[in-house]
Amino acid sequence: MRRAQHLVVEASRQMTRRGFLLGSLQGAFIGALAWRMRQLQIEQAGEFQLLADENRIKIRLIPPARGLIQDRKGVLLAGNEQNYRITIIREDTEDVPGALADLSRLIALSDEDIAKLIAEIEKRSPTLPITIADRLTWEEFSRVAVNAPALPGVSTEVGLSRIYPHRGDFAHVLGYVGPVSDYDLSKMENPDPILQIPKFQIGKLGIEAKLEEVLRGSAGVKRVEVNVRGREMREIDRREGDAGANVVLTLDARLQNFLIARLGAESAAAVAIDLEAGDILAIGSAPTFDPNLFVRGISSADYALLTENDHRPLADKTVQGAYPPGSTFKMVTALAALEAGVVSPGETVYCPGFTQLGDRKFHCWRRGGHGHVDMERSLEQSCDVYYYEIAQRVGIDRIAEMARRLGIGVKHDLPMSAVSEGVAPDKLWKQTRYGKDWIIGDTLNSAIGQGYVLASPLQLAVMAGRLATGKALSPRLIKALDDVPLPKPEAPPLGIPEAHLAAVRGGMHAVMNGNRGTASASRTVDASVVMAGKTGTSQVRNISAAERAAGVTRNEDLPWERRDHALFVCYAPYDAPRVAVSVVVEHGGGGSAVAAPLARDILLYALFDGLPPLDVYPSAQREKMRELLEKMPLADPSTFTTGGISRA
Amino acid sequence: MSYLDYSLATSPAGWRKILHVHWPLVFLIGAVSSIGFLMLYSVAGGDLGTWAEPQMKRFAVGLIVMFVIGFTPIKVWKGLSVVGYVGTVLLLVAVELFGSMGMGAQRWLELGPIRLQPSELMKITLVMMLAAYYDWLDPQKVSRPLWVLIPVLLILIPAALVLKQPNLGTTLLLLAGGGAVMLVAGVSLWYFGAVIGTAIGLVSAVFESRGTSWQLIKDYQFRRIDTFLDPSADPLGAGYNIMQAKIALGSGGWSGKGFMQGTQSQLNFLPEKHTDFIFNTLAEEFGFVGGISLLALYVLIIGFCFLSAFSNRDRYGALVTYGIATAFFLLIAVNMGMVMGMLPVVGVPLPLVSNGGTAMIILLMGFGLVQSAHIHRPR
Repeated sequence: MRRAQHLVVEASRQMTRRGFLLGSLQGAFIGALAWRMRQLQIEQAGEFQLLADENRIKIRLIPPARGLIQDRKGVLLAGNEQNYRITIIREDTEDVPGALADLSRLIALSDEDIAKLIAEIEKRSPTLPITIADRLTWEEFSRVAVNAPALPGVSTEVGLSRIYPHRGDFAHVLGYVGPVSDYDLSKMENPDPILQIPKFQIGKLGIEAKLEEVLRGSAGVKRVEVNVRGREMREIDRREGDAGANVVLTLDARLQNFLIARLGAESAAAVAIDLEAGDILAIGSAPTFDPNLFVRGISSADYALLTENDHRPLADKTVQGAYPPGSTFKMVTALAALEAGVVSPGETVYCPGFTQLGDRKFHCWRRGGHGHVDMERSLEQSCDVYYYEIAQRVGIDRIAEMARRLGIGVKHDLPMSAVSEGVAPDKLWKQTRYGKDWIIGDTLNSAIGQGYVLASPLQLAVMAGRLATGKALSPRLIKALDDVPLPKPEAPPLGIPEAHLAAVRGGMHAVMNGNRGTASASRTVDASVVMAGKTGTSQVRNISAAERAAGVTRNEDLPWERRDHALFVCYAPYDAPRVAVSVVVEHGGGGSAVAAPLARDILLYALFDGLPPLDVYPSAQREKMRELLEKMPLADPSTFTTGGISRA
Repeated sequence: MSYLDYSLATSPAGWRKILHVHWPLVFLIGAVSSIGFLMLYSVAGGDLGTWAEPQMKRFAVGLIVMFVIGFTPIKVWKGLSVVGYVGTVLLLVAVELFGSMGMGAQRWLELGPIRLQPSELMKITLVMMLAAYYDWLDPQKVSRPLWVLIPVLLILIPAALVLKQPNLGTTLLLLAGGGAVMLVAGVSLWYFGAVIGTAIGLVSAVFESRGTSWQLIKDYQFRRIDTFLDPSADPLGAGYNIMQAKIALGSGGWSGKGFMQGTQSQLNFLPEKHTDFIFNTLAEEFGFVGGISLLALYVLIIGFCFLSAFSNRDRYGALVTYGIATAFFLLIAVNMGMVMGMLPVVGVPLPLVSNGGTAMIILLMGFGLVQSAHIHRPR
């Protein structure tokens, strides 16, 4: 096609004009882009820099190291250990089964574990870290850490975790820690933000729970740079928190270990109190359990074993348990009667084997009776009829009042869980509790520590200690807080005349050292550790008249849970008391046969600060004792070194 | 007359063409692509193999393609325009019938190891077709309705096919690119006024259709528009991307956070950081200085193309050059407008910089045509 020259030129010019138009439009838009860039990057830069920092910088709390718990000599009872664990975040892992299979070549993971983990990982939020393995060895941990780049979503973490080196020995008194639960949070008014840290452990029971605020410490803060998935890329800076305060207890780890071992397989409790200031030297409930299991998260099988055991390992029998004190209560009745002036120590009461009260017969434990007994003989042989008689003279209210002075029926302030008040019943108490009038039969039962009277092993030990010293000793567990020793409390006098106390102590001395003393089989022959004590055998069933006529069934022939409780309280040395001990063996049978030997051995261990020499025992018992003490499953001495386990 | 004067006066042939290549343009393209390699290296966390190295290889291949196309006389390309156009349209039809799905849209054609994206190729062949059309058409007839209708159909047929995939971004680029060629070719401005008026009406209709049975665009496309209109309304949902992109860009400030120090991109807050949002990584790490420098390089590339077109008396060559330059401009404008929150997120890569094989090679093919028009322009 041919075109006229001028038309071609015109078309070319027009195209150039239009090209300018197009170029101008484009230039204008590019100008707008540049203007926008300036607006965002220069005018609003500060604002966006703030937003960028908000994105990348996260403030994380650093959990403080929990305060240590030590015994009176500095032996570590509760410490912290490095806990190496591995977590997985599902969102970051494309192939969870594959990652777990890879991991199983680095650490011990069975196919069963993997199946369980996959089920859990599927169930939980994809963005939350889920613990795959806990408490790894350093070797396992480093193997995983080295291979982390090949395991997307898998990360390694180091944290502190509570450890109880003496396992079951202090389970009940220390309690244990566990991860904060929603229930725990719901009970708090202003929860510390530190509690939101995943897996943060707080005290759940015992001293760990009661002294939580002291032991916890305060959280530190660190600023970390995170990526879009919240994974920490690096730490920017940190301010350390304050570790929790250390707590030094009055307990003695070796004595406690001996006590638990000595109680053995019995369902029993024992308390040893130092009489200088009321320091609790040992307080143990058997059978016990390993609190470390709870820290790690106890398996349902292990938990079932604990809850299904009829000896109730989880119960703290020392302070929660309240038992009829039986004859160990007779000192209370005796002192109440002496104070009321209704009896004198030398006065005798005739025991025919029973007391007739209306149409009811109250029996003495000895069917044939004790004949004429004074106060000392009544305690030595534990005559019931003597106490039926003097209790009628003094009345229940004064007995209850004396019981409370001696520490029964009052709550001792200890940092332990569910400390029982016990019961020192009087007329008002029965009226309030049952809406019924007090009857004289109740007084007779109470006089010998049966009926409504209930006391915890702790209260019995306190009673023995108060009788021994004549002072209103208060038991204490905490010797020092945060390295500051607490002042030793000065116990006020009980206000009981020395003559009255001497009469009762004389009876308790005869219990162990008299020819017919109920616990004479458990006496010591060393003059430096002469003991005074009192047996108790408390019924947990009613003996009907018909049964009594047919002859009371022997304890050994009864099913375990219907046998009598065996009790014993004691102190030594007789003339300069240093330590008081109480022992309660649930359904153990007789106090003299079962509880007294336990109490004696614990008391001797406390006095000698270790195993006693064999010659403190009567010569006939030495061989047997040697064998028994040698066979006791005591912990290795190296576990009691001080400062052996440092704060991790 | 010296040898050089002589050679400039006539169209060069053989090896002498090398002297007539638009070298500044080649160097600018190389510079922009190098910035791309650097940023791809950075967003991969300092790893060459992830994105940067494959991109370099594609660039090398693309450069060879560019020179081959550039050294081939422009007449050859003019002759192939119709064939190319028809062929690409057929490929679009083939995608519709046999294409692979990706991100909810049919865009690729798997041909053995090659993954062909005909909609990208269409940007070039459409420009060639329209240039050939206007080269053939008597300039006096360009504004007559019938002669306007033909190029409109030439644009609408591929645009409709691409919209059907659906790929809104490329559709708009085809419409705008084709329109630009028509504008330069001298079509009366009244038509453009009418089209813009109609477009406004159409956009209103699209919004009217929302939620009704005759809804004109997909839900996700509506959401993109919503997000564009107010990204902060849903910062963790659909607006997250654009919000994070703006934070990355804005926090770069005047001189940036330093190479590989961009927290938004290195910590993955920035989405699609190696493709659509790569400019934000650049702006975060090199600040306003870096961003404006890249923009300046782009302006120079477009400017040199326009200058070449102004001085080209060959109508086909000039039109192709305008068309390619405009297509290039549109990619920049839409991508940068998008990443700076001025335009909705439509998924358009930043030319020569974003990671992506087809786009890089197609762009270099386009610049090959520009070179060919430049080298073989009438003296």
